[in-house]
Amino acid sequence: MLDNLQLLFVWAPIINVQIILEGIFVGAIFALVSYGLALVWGVMNVKNLAQGDFVIMGAYLTFTLSKYGLHPIFSLPIVLVIMFGYGWLIYLLIIRRVIDNDMFVSLLATFGLSLVMQQFMNVLYGPEVQIIDSKLPVYSMFDDFVTVPMAKIISLILAGTFALIIVIFMKKSRMGQAIRATSQDARAARVLGINTDRVYAFTYALNAAICGVAGVLVSIIWIFQPFYGIQYSLRAFAIVTAAGLGNLPAVIGAGFGLGLIEKYTSMILGTEYEIAAAVIMLLIVLIWRQIHLRRSRQVVR
Amino acid sequence: MTRNTKILYAAILMFGILGPILFPAYTTQIAMLWVMVLMASTWDILGGQMGYNSLGNITFFGCGMYISAIIQVSMFYDVGEYTSAFGAIMPQFTDYEYFLGLGLGIVGAGVGAVVISLLLGPIVFGLRGPYFAIGTLAVAIAAGQLTGTVDYIGGGGGISMPFFPLDINSRSIFFYTLCFVLAGAVHCLLRWLYSTQFGLAINAIRDDEDKAESMGIPVLRYKQVGWAIAAFFMGTIGAVYGNMIGFIEPVEVAFPTATFGIFMVAMALLGGKGTLWGPVIGAVLFTIIKETTWTYLLGWQWVALGLILILNIVYFQQGIMGWLQEKYPERFGIVVDDISDGGKHE
Amino acid sequence: MLKNFKITTAMIFALVVAGFSSSASAGVEGDTITLGSAISLSGKYSTNGLHTQRGYDFAVDRINSRGGVTVGGKSYKLAIKYYDDESTPARAAQLVERLIQQDGVEFMLGPYGSGLTKAVAPVSEKFGVPMVEAEGASRSLFTQGYKYLFAVLSTSEQYLAPAIELAAAKAKAAGKDPSSVRVAMAFENDPFSLDVRAGVVDAANKYGMKIVIDDKLPADLSDMSTTLTKTKALKPDVLIISGHSKGAATAGRQIEEMRIQADIVAITHCEAAKVHTKFPNASDGMLCPTQWVESSPLKDGMFGNAAEWNADFKAAHPSYTAVPYQTAQASAAVLVYKEAFEAANSFDQVKVRDAIAATDMETFYGNIKFSEAGNNIAKPMFMRQISGGTYNAIITADDMVFPRKASY
Repeated sequence: MLDNLQLLFVWAPIINVQIILEGIFVGAIFALVSYGLALVWGVMNVKNLAQGDFVIMGAYLTFTLSKYGLHPIFSLPIVLVIMFGYGWLIYLLIIRRVIDNDMFVSLLATFGLSLVMQQFMNVLYGPEVQIIDSKLPVYSMFDDFVTVPMAKIISLILAGTFALIIVIFMKKSRMGQAIRATSQDARAARVLGINTDRVYAFTYALNAAICGVAGVLVSIIWIFQPFYGIQYSLRAFAIVTAAGLGNLPAVIGAGFGLGLIEKYTSMILGTEYEIAAAVIMLLIVLIWRQIHLRRSRQVVR
Repeated sequence: MTRNTKILYAAILMFGILGPILFPAYTTQIAMLWVMVLMASTWDILGGQMGYNSLGNITFFGCGMYISAIIQVSMFYDVGEYTSAFGAIMPQFTDYEYFLGLGLGIVGAGVGAVVISLLLGPIVFGLRGPYFAIGTLAVAIAAGQLTGTVDYIGGGGGISMPFFPLDINSRSIFFYTLCFVLAGAVHCLLRWLYSTQFGLAINAIRDDEDKAESMGIPVLRYKQVGWAIAAFFMGTIGAVYGNMIGFIEPVEVAFPTATFGIFMVAMALLGGKGTLWGPVIGAVLFTIIKETTWTYLLGWQWVALGLILILNIVYFQQGIMGWLQEKYPERFGIVVDDISDGGKHE
Repeated sequence: MLKNFKITTAMIFALVVAGFSSSASAGVEGDTITLGSAISLSGKYSTNGLHTQRGYDFAVDRINSRGGVTVGGKSYKLAIKYYDDESTPARAAQLVERLIQQDGVEFMLGPYGSGLTKAVAPVSEKFGVPMVEAEGASRSLFTQGYKYLFAVLSTSEQYLAPAIELAAAKAKAAGKDPSSVRVAMAFENDPFSLDVRAGVVDAANKYGMKIVIDDKLPADLSDMSTTLTKTKALKPDVLIISGHSKGAATAGRQIEEMRIQADIVAITHCEAAKVHTKFPNASDGMLCPTQWVESSPLKDGMFGNAAEWNADFKAAHPSYTAVPYQTAQASAAVLVYKEAFEAANSFDQVKVRDAIAATDMETFYGNIKFSEAGNNIAKPMFMRQISGGTYNAIITADDMVFPRKASY
């Protein structure tokens, strides 16, 4: 551990740049997926355990399209639309019936959904790990000490742009306002004439689309496999729990924060702690919050 | 106890005792059934009866497994040497040594799990609802990951458990008996516990915790006790399971959050949470469904399991017991025009 | 309690019994010999589980089409009963017990991977059921005193230790002391990879080499950027990575992205992850250990030589461009059974076991002769180097392209 610290700060401080960049790229994807989860959780009180599997599905859709010669960047709008429709369908079939229930019910229902999706993809595509070669260049600086694939930069930009579009959508459009109204008080929204059922469907479909976009990005910067969804679901839950619902900047911040923490922990303590770092960060946040609230004799709800 | 209940218990006892004799090939599978019953029942203490849905009870399962392994090995060998040899050392235990180690291991696993539950309690009991679920899940995942980093207990390479000294059939029966006895002990304990003030108190916590607290119920103590009970049994069954399997590994065998961790919740929900028999029925049904789909739908078994889970959740949320209670409330001692919830008369 | 409930309970018990039942096909029934195998058809080892299954099935089809197995003057067909072990050891052990106890299987084929084999071997051993396995390379499997476990593949510590040997040889050739070689390694935190690591560490310690990076990757990690960043900073002479197919795929991608240079880069599972086609720049110069080479001249009466087996398998499975060794050794395992059945001329488990133990034959996969402990001592591990998109066999250090200078 000391060696690693020395490496970071004394012998080759330039690698901090690489680590920070890696943390940001990773964090961007996490933040995107977490935002979708926060949306669904905040509006409909549904804890979507299949979040990661939506991401993987988006990656596989991109993969299929790339077999037909379509470059991943260009397949992004197509995947978005397909995933949106898929999300709507899942809402109608499953989610609609678990909304107003015990929160645990939604967790289990989406767990079942996750199982089905994973296995479907396993049967369709096989369990081999896949990648998509975006054929984009790699930029290198500082004598190859810091290398940044163009694909990761593009994914960061796309993630950011997409997030921005959604934020604007939520603020300005009718549907966005309807969503926000419904999340604040569903009954009142219904009384005021908002079709909450459509709002819920739209929200869930939007979440699926967000995950699909994340999946496109994952396909060009990492590897994917039918059973990898849990990694994204786990991080998303950790981030949303830590940041709290309805607080978009906090979610984004926590996403990047988690990415950086993971990379630095893995660098300093060793790679075997990388996943443990994510969950422990979550626990620390929860503990801190409990201590904070205990002063006013409250609890974390 | 009503006459019908006595018959039911007798039937189960007969099945439990005669099962491995009549169907010796299925011994381990029935043993797994009892393991599932135990898992679902202990989950329900916090989950169904107290309203605290924990996704992290599997932590105690894994902790018990490892504690027992360490005790069993360390009594006669150095643990670090044993694990770093990757099973190259196969210690020869005498029968006496093995069973002594096993006995101490199982007891130690239970006690150790209780201690761990007391230590972890403060981390999670200030959380409510979804945060509690996710907090406990995080604890379980952290436990699995961190165990994999400690080379002394084998790290990611796991630990090979000592060999059972007698022949294979005795082995199956031995572990089967342990599982059956533990499951039975849990059930009897819970049956008694739910009929005491403890049962009433934890139901009060489920219904309205703040009100319960303001009425003077020491809420935190009940939570700790409930979790400690669950921890004890999960720890002991973890130790037994580890010995049954023969080779333990942190993420796959000891802390399988994505499988057993969620299964225990699904089973309790399937059968009807918050009741004494609900988790039992759920465990039985779940095991049957899992085994049949695994045999006949190879390649599609997970899809089938997932679909059944979804159907159960979506259309059948109250679980089987809940459904039965709604249909025949009088038979469960529920008086319909009263505002009492869920019968506990068995 | 209800009367209905009593009936319901009785029904449930009936269901329990029925639910546990499965087609109890005996091991040898009629004119079919049923071998059993718990194999990873889902979960993280499913890629190689599938490769293994196809190897088993290919051999069964070939043997059956050539008259099957002749025992006692009668001709028998082979069949395999599979269960999906979900890549989890506990499940695999359960399923093996089920295959033996409920389905009456009398001869087992191994699962994929050391972790799973370690879990199932004691079960098979306790029941006195021979198991010929082709995918569990951990040497600790052969120190337990198992009498019924046989492995056709070379044990794991041989996988990457040759890379260290080559590094030492190159150092000596350059006039440097082998202990000046600096080694960086990253292994997945699972039984097999840690076994491979043990072999590398032993070899490195033998020469007194310094290990500058020793990372263990969590099982589901898809990002080794921190390890590679450290590599860039510390500039080791040898980089070693082992993490099954996904480790190879991740390494390939990220080595390419991060432009890693090291004199020797050695990775396991290159063929299974197809790194030579997917990452042409990064894979150039990589050393890849393999249990089997398609150019091997060794042959047997069933499959011909390695090239013929290779061509026939590709004809049967056109999606394969390079067939991974996992498949080849799976076919070899089935062949061992055929020969053993005929040599023993019986289906008595002890006699067959003894016949397997006495195996000493040449096959398309290599020579197979089992030691007392059950591992194959007649077949070495091969090292190959990727050069210009093809795999070149490395017999001595002079065959290598050294140092590796990848162009990105």
